[in-house]
Formats: sequence, C-alpha cells, structure tokens
Amino acid sequence: MSKFKKKKNGEQPAINTASLPDIVFMLLFFFMVATVMRDNTLMVKNTLPAADQIQKLDKKDRVIYIYAGKPSERYQKKYGDQPRIQLNDKFSVVSDVGAYILAERATKREELQNVLTTSLKVDGDTNMGLISDIKQELRKVNALKINYTTRVGDYTQNN
Amino acid sequence: MARKSPEVNAGSMADIAFLLLIFFLVTTTIETDSGINRKLPPMEDVIDPPIIKQRNIFTVVVNKNNDILVEEKPMQLSDVRSAAVRFLDNGGGIGEEACDYCKGDKDRSSSDNPDKAIISLKNDRETDYKVYISVQNELVAAYNELRDREFLAMYPNQRMTFVEANKYYSDPRTSPKAKIEIKPKLDVLKRMYPQKLSEAEPSKIN
Repeated sequence: MSKFKKKKNGEQPAINTASLPDIVFMLLFFFMVATVMRDNTLMVKNTLPAADQIQKLDKKDRVIYIYAGKPSERYQKKYGDQPRIQLNDKFSVVSDVGAYILAERATKREELQNVLTTSLKVDGDTNMGLISDIKQELRKVNALKINYTTRVGDYTQNN
Repeated sequence: MARKSPEVNAGSMADIAFLLLIFFLVTTTIETDSGINRKLPPMEDVIDPPIIKQRNIFTVVVNKNNDILVEEKPMQLSDVRSAAVRFLDNGGGIGEEACDYCKGDKDRSSSDNPDKAIISLKNDRETDYKVYISVQNELVAAYNELRDREFLAMYPNQRMTFVEANKYYSDPRTSPKAKIEIKPKLDVLKRMYPQKLSEAEPSKIN
C-alpha cells in the first residue's frame, strides 16, 4: 500500500531559475538585432495620411527620406507655423532639395544609385503647393521614383 | 591544492539582462514604411504632345476647398472609385480599338479601351495633402479592382488576387522559381489595365 502513497515532504522544491538569464538574453538578442534606431529626429509634425492601396517600400538602403509639415511646437517660435521641409536634421527650403538628393545619392553604393526611391513623409495638413515644389525639384535632379509614404487605413480616416 | 574560490553570485544576471531587454524593447521600431508609389515624368518637354481624344481622358480636379470635381461635376470621395472603374472598364472602342475583356457600358462617349484611358489628376496649390492622397488612393484602388477581377478570372488556380500576387512577388521570402512563374502573369494584367495616371502641375490661378 505504501507504494502509492504520495511523498509528503511538506516543502515544495524551489523552481530552478538558473536558465532565466538565458531566456532573457535570447529575447535581448532578438530585439537587439531587430532594432532600428531612428536616425533623424523629427522636427515637424508628421501625421501621415491614411491609404490602403499601398506597396511596401524598398529596402532601407535604397530610400531617401524627405519630411515636410508644420514645425513641431517647440520649434514654432523660431521657425513659425508654416509648413517646412526637413532634410536630415535641419529645416530647409525648396531649393535645397536637389542638392540634398544628389548628396544622398553619392553616399549610396554605385549599383543602387539608379534604383533609389524618394520617400515623401508629409503631414496630412500640408498644402499641395509645397509638395509640387518638391516634385519639381526632384524632376530636375532626375529622382523620378517617389513614394507618398502613408499609414495603413482607409480614406475615411483622413478627415 | 589551490583554494577553492568562492562562486560568483549570478543572481543579478537576470536583472541586468532585463534592463537591457527593456531598453531595446522601448527603442525598437519594427516598421517598414509603405505608401503609394509614383513615377514622375522626366523634365524634358515633349515637343509634340500626342493628341488625346477628350473621351479618353478622365479629369479629376481637387480644388482649393478640397472639393472633388470629376469630369467637371462635383462628386463625393466615396463615389470616385466606382466612377473611375466605370470609365476604365468602359471599352467603347470599335474595330481595332475594341476591348474584349471590358465589362463596362460600351458607351461611345467614354473611353475606348483601358490602354487608351488616361486619368488626369489636377490639384490646386492650396489643396490639402491628405485629400490629394485619398483621391490618389481611390484611383489606384480602381485599377486594382479591375486587375483583381481579371486576375481571378484568368488564373483561378493561383488562388489569390492581383494585389496579393504582387505582394507575394515582391516578398523577399518568395523563392526565385515562384517569382519567375508569377511575373509574366502580373505583366499580362499590367498590360491589360496599364496605370495611366497623370499628375498635372497645379494651377496657380483659380
């Protein structure tokens, strides 16, 4: 009979946590690898419009970003509240766009220089005039592939 | 015999790892940007622009009050997609310009065939970007709707729509063999309904 009797030791053995660091490190490495640190700080308001007929943007190394929108609140005193273009970490004017594209293009590998896409990250409340000016500049430097970067959603979210 | 050194206490290892983990968790942005791809026209001016019949042009104007005018008549954004589909799929041409896969009204006063049909999108300098994008989105949706329909009809074995197939094609995980197989099918559809969407320069005077 005593064969089936449960051992009653009173205390339960402590759970071995020796492998906990391993598990955590595994997660850590995953996030370290998957992390992309934001390389430029946004100085403009940037609520992208929503669209659902979208295509994924190419690999990161083939994309040049142009931001535009109203300056964020802390810059409004200095730069006013009219929509501005942000290139790399500073506010720019339309005539700088061409030089910026050429400079960015020169930093890319030679085989990628012809397949670059320009991603326009523009705030939804910007007037089209600014965007048309940017597009004209892009045409001048022959950067014809553009992408109106949006967030996912349908058009009813744009009101 | 050497003295046994005391074991290092590894209890805090987990804490350190957690700290790092939380840092990377917070800074991580697993994001892939997506948006509407467009190709700008090259700068050099066409000396002799081809003459396009008025019935083959579908004009969409977004004015400075963000009102949408389709073929000079005001229209709600929700109706733009179906109007564009009707225009593209009209297939009113006869003889050489006939369109045998179009399911539209065959109206003589609308587009001849999808290859001839051009959508012209005009905007004002004061137009809001988000409205412009919404309209672009609806127009692209019209093309995608038609391409989806024909893709399903022509390649039912594929078990996906054109948009899905396109996504599958551009997915880096897709094997090269599958890509080669699917590419000609996508090209056929792109030839059937070519995306001819012209973005005119905005009008300054209104």
